[in-house]
Amino acid sequence: MNAAGEGEIVQFDNVGLRYETGREVLSDLSFTLYPGSFYFLTGASGAGKTSLLKLLYLAQRPSRGAIRMFGTDAITLPRERLPQLRRRLGVVFQDFRLVPHLSAYDNVALPLRVAGATERELTRPVTDMLEWVGLADRMTARPATLSGGEQQRVAIARAVIGRPQLLVADEPTGNVDPEMAIKLLRLFEALNRLGTTVVVATHDVHLLRKVPDSLIMRLDKGRLSDPTGYPPRDSAATAARPVAGEGQ
Amino acid sequence: MSENGGGLRLPEFLSRGLFGRGLAGGRRQAELVAQARLSGPIPWVLAIMVALMTIAGAGGLALRNTAQAAAVELSGGITVQIVEARPEERSRQADAALALLRRVEGVRAAQLVPQDELDALVEPWLGTAAGEAADVPVPALIDARLAGSLAPARLAKLQEVLRKVAPGARVDAQSTWLKPVFGAIASLQWLSLALIVMLAFATGAAVLLAARTALGNNRDTIEIVHLLGGTDTQIARLFQRSIAIDAAWGAVGGFLAAVAAIFVLARSFSALQAGIVSGAALGLLDWAQLLLVPIVAVLVAMLTARWTVMRALRGML
Repeated sequence: MNAAGEGEIVQFDNVGLRYETGREVLSDLSFTLYPGSFYFLTGASGAGKTSLLKLLYLAQRPSRGAIRMFGTDAITLPRERLPQLRRRLGVVFQDFRLVPHLSAYDNVALPLRVAGATERELTRPVTDMLEWVGLADRMTARPATLSGGEQQRVAIARAVIGRPQLLVADEPTGNVDPEMAIKLLRLFEALNRLGTTVVVATHDVHLLRKVPDSLIMRLDKGRLSDPTGYPPRDSAATAARPVAGEGQ
Repeated sequence: MSENGGGLRLPEFLSRGLFGRGLAGGRRQAELVAQARLSGPIPWVLAIMVALMTIAGAGGLALRNTAQAAAVELSGGITVQIVEARPEERSRQADAALALLRRVEGVRAAQLVPQDELDALVEPWLGTAAGEAADVPVPALIDARLAGSLAPARLAKLQEVLRKVAPGARVDAQSTWLKPVFGAIASLQWLSLALIVMLAFATGAAVLLAARTALGNNRDTIEIVHLLGGTDTQIARLFQRSIAIDAAWGAVGGFLAAVAAIFVLARSFSALQAGIVSGAALGLLDWAQLLLVPIVAVLVAMLTARWTVMRALRGML
């Protein structure tokens, strides 16, 4: 492990999380996510997947431990500097979290507008992205008029349009048909090949086998039950790559 | 679209990378905050507050104009009363006092108030027969203008000189008669200023509540924008802009309503044809000052909204 944080996207060191005075929902998490890697985060319901993802997309500070993201200490970072880190992330929320009064187009354009893109700059990318996820004819539709699967595709388009360095997706294929699920997974893979580190939380064990170079992080009652991680199937390519928890 | 390593065609821009990382504003960003517009409280609150502040301000300015006009009118003015029961003696003393006054240094003008004007002055109290019957000894009046200040010592000395030729002479500065009126006008001016300040505070408080409500209603959107890398300043600017637009609509409406009310009141007062009221008319500079009311109200609303939102956002991660 690179102790200085150079070359690592995320580094967790003995991280714990409890909500208010309740029990710890995440305990003793220590792992490293490397650039260009593809991770599946698995575990039973209540294992803490969403809580871990919240820490990853900086929606929550841990109760203890240390987190470094993009070489920066995310715990002591002043909150006014958090947006700089967040703009390097793409997030697909389990409940989509689309802005209800904005159209599909405006929802997908949101990260670009926040980042300062002009309307002229963003028109083509947003249109292309919506076409790519099969929603070219639903650009002006508001989320309430979209089906669950359509909303999920809008959420994914919004997450990837900024070409993030770290893409975090919580059950991103839960509401789409198998064909679209494969297509979206291929999108994540393609982004991964372009250098984006991808973390996908899923219940779907079949999904794991569809990304041959992926690594698995398995959560069990708030702990990484297999902190060294393992590829879904043996392959020379994956064996040579750094895996979650390596170097602990 | 472009070919990528895995044979999957991605949107071309994803392969190229994206945009600069600056801050952006603009209409489309402002739409992030759900707009209530006229169904929300801000336009109505601002309209009412601005109307009241403008009317209070106009009242204050009119009172100031009245006081200033009266002060100019009475500046250097004195009245010499010849209090003498016998008409012939009163007339003699009045002529002597007038002649003496015209010779005194510092007296710019002096004239005897004609009898018909005196009759008109006392007519409301004594009736039309008062002058003719001469049963009631109405004093003779001399209206004079003095250069320089009307210090009490100067008036006392003048009265002493006049009494040598007219023992019934009494000298009064005209301004002293209106001193209580000026005092009341000053109090009313302070009252209108206090009203404006209180209404401005009330406007701020109303905007604060509305901004908090808007924050609550848009909390999910704010969280999403935060998680997408939006800064507090960006989010505050969205609310500030939204509330400013609402406030501007309300302020314009309120100001126009107040202007209409002021014109109606002005017409009613001008019908009184009272000398003191004629000086109260608002000039261009007064209207320019009143125009500041809606502008300042919108600024107060914007700054209050910004402060409220920034304070609330600091409590979020």
